[in-house]
This record gives sequence, structure tokens and C-alpha cells, in this order.
Amino acid sequence: MARVVLSGDLGRRFAGGEVEIRVEGSNVLRLIKALEGRYPGIAEVLESDAMAVAIDGIVYQDAMLEDVGAESEVYFLPAIRGGR
Amino acid sequence: MTYEPKSLKVVGTRPVRHDGPDKVTGRANYASDFTLPGMLWGSILRSPHAHAKVISINTDKARAHPGVKAVITGADLPLPPPGVTQAGESAINTQHLAKNLLARDKVFYDGHPVAAVAAISEAIAREALGLIEIEYEVLPHVIDVDEAMKADAPLLHDDLFTEGVEPRPETPSNIAKRIVVSKGDIEKGFAEADIVIERTYTTKAVHQGYIEPQGCVANYAEDGQAMVWCSSQGQFVIRDLCITMLGMEASSLKVIPAEIGGGFGGKTTVYLEPLALMLSKASGRPVKMTMSRGEVLRATGPHSGSSMTARIGAMKDGTITSAEVVIKFQAGAFPGSPVGAAVMFCSAPYDIPNLSITGYDVVVNIAKVHAYRAPGAPNGAFAFETVLDELAHELKMDPIDFRAKNSAVEGSKSPYGPTYGPLGGIECLSSAKNHPHYKVNLGPNQGRGVASGFWINIGGQSAATVVVNRDGTISLVEGCPDIGGSRASLAMMCAEVLGIAAEKVRPSIVDTTAIAFNDVTGGSRVTFATGIAVVQATEDAVRQMRERAAKMWDIDVDQVGWRDGAAQEMNGNRSLTISQIAQKAAKTGGQIMGHASINASGAGPSLTTHLCDLEVDRETGKITILRYTAFQDAGKAVHPSYVEGQMQGGVVQGIGWALNEEYIHDENGRLENAGFLDYRMPVASDLPMIDAVIIEVPNPNHPFGVRGVGEAPIVPPLAAIANAIYDATGVRMRDLPFSPPKVLAALEAAEKAKANG
Repeated sequence: MARVVLSGDLGRRFAGGEVEIRVEGSNVLRLIKALEGRYPGIAEVLESDAMAVAIDGIVYQDAMLEDVGAESEVYFLPAIRGGR
Repeated sequence: MTYEPKSLKVVGTRPVRHDGPDKVTGRANYASDFTLPGMLWGSILRSPHAHAKVISINTDKARAHPGVKAVITGADLPLPPPGVTQAGESAINTQHLAKNLLARDKVFYDGHPVAAVAAISEAIAREALGLIEIEYEVLPHVIDVDEAMKADAPLLHDDLFTEGVEPRPETPSNIAKRIVVSKGDIEKGFAEADIVIERTYTTKAVHQGYIEPQGCVANYAEDGQAMVWCSSQGQFVIRDLCITMLGMEASSLKVIPAEIGGGFGGKTTVYLEPLALMLSKASGRPVKMTMSRGEVLRATGPHSGSSMTARIGAMKDGTITSAEVVIKFQAGAFPGSPVGAAVMFCSAPYDIPNLSITGYDVVVNIAKVHAYRAPGAPNGAFAFETVLDELAHELKMDPIDFRAKNSAVEGSKSPYGPTYGPLGGIECLSSAKNHPHYKVNLGPNQGRGVASGFWINIGGQSAATVVVNRDGTISLVEGCPDIGGSRASLAMMCAEVLGIAAEKVRPSIVDTTAIAFNDVTGGSRVTFATGIAVVQATEDAVRQMRERAAKMWDIDVDQVGWRDGAAQEMNGNRSLTISQIAQKAAKTGGQIMGHASINASGAGPSLTTHLCDLEVDRETGKITILRYTAFQDAGKAVHPSYVEGQMQGGVVQGIGWALNEEYIHDENGRLENAGFLDYRMPVASDLPMIDAVIIEVPNPNHPFGVRGVGEAPIVPPLAAIANAIYDATGVRMRDLPFSPPKVLAALEAAEKAKANG
């Protein structure tokens, strides 16, 4: 199962303060579906354009179908703006 | 696509940029160069107040003027449905954008648009503005971020409740959002430290300072089809924001990109274009609008002023054990400052086990801030890197050695969560330590400062088409405005894959109907992300040309290779050049075009270290930059001259920010220095040649190892200069800018303190 890490804010809002969660899901879509099953309402936030996903250190601005390994480390973080 | 080391013939060389001759001869067309027959001029009436209720607007006299063809106010621009439009890499609140384009019941800053007119001449348009009667009820205003956070501060929005705090506040405030990044246990970390230093810093709002003001021409036809010519960092974002504001269909609006005279993040949103479209629709004629410099400074997004406190602890051996930073950013009239990036990246060059970094996004009575080159990162680095310098001095360690001891490396955890891949931080520090610059002796009143910086860089959506012409030349079609030499770097990557000279590839940046959606030119993404699209489109074209050669030779395509701009028979001596294949294209299946449309991920972060030597004139307080060297990991410099140019440009903007640039408001909240005479940006005669040292630690997620380079170089200069001032004078300055009066006052205060024991 992948190790999913939420921000402190998301953890408090949806997961009773938990920020590190083991979740089954072979891609981001399935991972979010599994998280939604556990924490209703979280999918809308995680799927919004304001969020990016980092899988094993690689940041994806619009992730959905990217593969997630059984031992992957998945972070949900704010999408970054740039100015250049 | 992944990086593979290979021998390169084009990438890494320095050909003349394709757009160079047009730009140095004045042939390049910028937004204000366009005119159309029957064109009207649009002009905007702006609020003279920093904060006021709009009681009434009477446009009757303006409409009655014989030269006036259209007048619009906020009442003509219905609020779009609540939501966020993905404007390329930026998320823009659509209702806030509409209220920023034209005020409704309140104005929130000096310069806030209230009405616009279109008239037969620019002079009549301006004259007509004076005929519009507006009754205001002036309200108390607030600009300073610390003041705006106080409970009794003038309230900008009575429906703004702080996000990111539990429980949700019951009363509105100016604090739009609280963001926290943390790991470990900071108090445990501070307890392990032998020395802890805590300091407070402030910075003023600054502007991107692009030389070309915003400008556009809009033409709205009777059948609902419209065109906009404008200068921006992304024609697709301009289109999407306009159609969202005006309720149009995407296929009804063509946005044609002009050349862009600088953007630095400031041209990734709309100010004029929706208004010009509205005026054109109302008048039935094309409408041109351009901003004056004063309008640009008053009413287009500056970068946030900030207030920051940084507390960092270290052990005697130089190991940083803990860091706590609080960062407050001005958001301007509506929520949405880049404080998140300051929070995530201020400590990002380092591997620190215990961290707590908190950011606040605070609305104030200045124009809504907008992205500015590595948005937020320079502020955070200013606080973090100057405390590091103080710690290094206290620990009697070389500031480069201190940073290297704590440097993040591949496998370190970033402060924002993910584990780092390959990083060039150590390489930059090592190169700086060993550079001749670091060994030069300094004279009296001269000092040297060191600072590092980080920018994450992004990928995003890009498309490219490679058209093979009959004569063997290539037309490279792409959709990202060129603000830093990207035409050249993209053409070079195309040429590299084809095995031909860069001059044989002619890049074009096309309108919104000629290619698929592209994200903006921003986030240091184009050479990385559009570069991948170009490589894939070129490989597609090569695949097709190998197939055509196979048909012409009547052999299997597996028997056809590609080398040096030609198809090569693998088990024979035959070859066919691009031109030979293209000339037979009609007989072998039609014209040859390679395509790619991607959403790139895996952008590699940029690390950078700067050395700054300066001299302080103790009589006048003037600071002269003597020597400046920037060391930066570019992954792979596709065109080293333009990488160096980006590094030099970022440094110069950082120097201006550090030494002179600031928004100055009078007691009524009006901007007092809305022009380049009083908003003092550096000019060539102010500065020495900026030396740029390119480090190349390949990004594993790009075929040539490219990382973005445009933003990181503006991150360290604020701190590098502050640290150099201390080295020169023994005085720590913590409030930007370090303008001569402030330097003089700091020196005099230090002398007095010394005299008083």
C-alpha cells in the first residue's frame, strides 16, 4: 500500500489529525477514490486545480492516471505558481 | 521522457537567436504597434481613493460627447459564477477578477478601474473620463501587512473569513488564509541547539517592472466572433479569462500573441482585454487600449510587501537543528498572494530536521498582487539566508561551508514533503567557494555577502508541431510567448533531434486557433516542458520520414535509421535528406508534420548560490555593487548565452529590489512614485557585468537534462546584499530597500550606539 502524506490542514480537516495514511490504489485516481471512501469530502479538495501531487519525488500539477507503486510515497501539496 | 547522456551537436552551442534581428532593428511588433481601420481608443477612469464606497456613477455627460462611442461600468460586467479558473499555472478567482477589472460597490486601491470609454481619439477618450461623475464615500484604508492583521484594522471585505484555522473564525478579517509547513519537533530542535538567533524583517511591495506596458487591440464582430491582439505570457490564458468574464465560447475568441516586452509573471492575467472587448462590442468598432507607466504601477499586480520573523538554531559544529519562520504577505485588494511559495521554499536548500513555517495571506488597499519571478521566494530567502549568515558569524564558520554542511542533497526530504531527486546545491556552493571571486581581498567599507536560493520549477501543458518543408527547412509551431530566448532553445532541441543546424528550424509562436492549449510562459517551464513537446513532435516527424524513405526504397521501415538530417539505409549505403524526402511527400502519403501535446511532469528544482561584493559610501549611504557572481544549476544549458542572460536579469532585478525599489504611499494611500523616475530600477550604468557560472546536474526527467532557469536567480540577491552590507559596515539592515537615506540612518544609529557604549 502506498504511503500518502496530507498537509496538516487537510489531516485536521478530514482525517482526525492523521497526516500519514497507508492506502491501496495503483494510480492517483484510484488512490483518491480510496481516500474518499475513508474520508468523505476529501476527493473534491485533492482533485481541485489548486492541488498538485508528488509521487516518489516527482511533482505532477494535474495528476490522475499516473501510476502509484505499492511502496510509493505520495504527497498532496499546493500547486505552485511561477512568474517567469 | 528520461535523460540519457549523449553526444550533442546543437544543444549547448550559442547560435544567433531567431528573433534577434527583428528585435535589434525595431521590426518586432509589440502590442501597441497594432492598428486597425476605424479603430477607437479606450481609456479607463480609475479610483483616486485607496478605499471607498461607490455611491453613484453618472456617465450621461460622457455618453453625450460626440467623439465618444461607448462607455462601460461595473454594471455592464455581470459577475461570473463563483469559481476558480485555471489560468495556466495560476488559479484565479473569477469573481475577484471581475471586481478587479471594474469596481462595483467599492474601490479597494488607488487606481482601481471604475469606468471605461471608447472614443475616436486617445485625447477625446481621456477628456471623456473627466465627464464621468462619481460620488465616493471615502473609507479608512490599510496598506501595511502587520497593521492589516490587527483586529481593529479597516476591513476590506466583510465576507472574508480566514481559511486554514480551526475552528473557522466567526468574524471576518483581512487575513484570507493561514498556511503551515512543518516537520519534526521545533522546540526539541531548539533545545539541542547551542545558539539560536531570531530576527524580524520587512520588505515593501515592488513591481515586476516590465518595460512594455500592457496593451491590446480588440475587435468584436456582429456575429459574436472576436479577436484580441495583445502582449502576454500566454495567449490561451488571456482567451480563457476573457471568455470566462464575458460568457463567450472558446471558439469565438482568437487571441493573437504580439511580441512581449517583459512580463516576469505580471502578464499572466488580464486587465485591459475584457474591457476592450466590451467596448468593441458596444461600439461595433475595433478598440485599442494601452496603459501609461503610471497605470501599470498603480493598477497592475505588484509583488507583495512582507513582514517576516525567522528563528533558527544550530549546534557548535554548524548543524542546523531547528527553524521557525512566520511570513506575512500583502495580497493586495483580493486574496491570493504567493505566500505559499515563500513558506515552502525559504528553507528548501537545506536539510533541517525540525521545521515550522507559517504563512499569512492578507488583503490590503493596494492593487491585487500578481506573480513576480519566483513569486514569494526572494522574501523568504531574505529572512532565512540573513539569519544563516548571522549564525555562521557567531559560529565563526565560513558562510559557504556552513551552508554546505546543511545542504539538501538527493534523497533529502524537502520542507514541502517530497523527497528530492538529483540537486545541484552542493555543486553551486563548491563552485562559489573555489571561484576567484571568493578569494579577492576587499578594501575599506567594502564587503562580501553570500546567499543561496531555490525555485521548484514546473512542467505543465505544451504542444508543438514540426512541419517539414520541401526545401528541407523546418517550421516549428509552438504556443508559448518567448520572454527569455525560448524560440532559440526550442529550435535547437528540434535541430538536435533532426541532426541539422538550428538556423534551418524557424520557430513561430501562433494564435489560439493554430495549436492546442498551452500553459503560460511562467514557472521556468518552457524550455523544460515545451522542450519535451518539441522533442516528441520532432521524433514523430523523424518516424514519418523514416517511413517515407522506406516506401521510396521499398524496404521495411526497421531497415531505415536516422542520422545527421537524413534517413540512412541500415544495410546499405543509401541515404535521403529531409529535402529529398519532403519533395516526394505528395507521392508517399502527403505532407509531413510531427505533433505532440503533453502535460509535462518531473521539472527539476534549481539551486543557486550568489556572491556579492559591494562598497558603502559612509557620507551618502549609497551602495555600489562592485562585483557579482551567480552560480546556478541549469541541468543542461541548451543555449548558454540565454541561461546566462536569465541569471544576469534575475540578479539585476534582485539588486533593484534590495537597493531602491519600493511602493511609497501618501497618508491617503495614493501611490506617490508611479513612474520610473521615482520608482528607481537599476540601469546599466548602476551595475558591473554580472558573472554567471552555469552548473549542470542533469534533470533525469528531460531528454537533455534541462531544468528551468528563469526564476531562481532573483531569489538570493536580497540576502546576499544584506550580508555584504554587514561585512562592509558591521551593521545588520533588516528592512528593505537599502536606499541611501536608510543606509545613512543605520550607520549613524550604529555610530551613536557605539559612542554610548
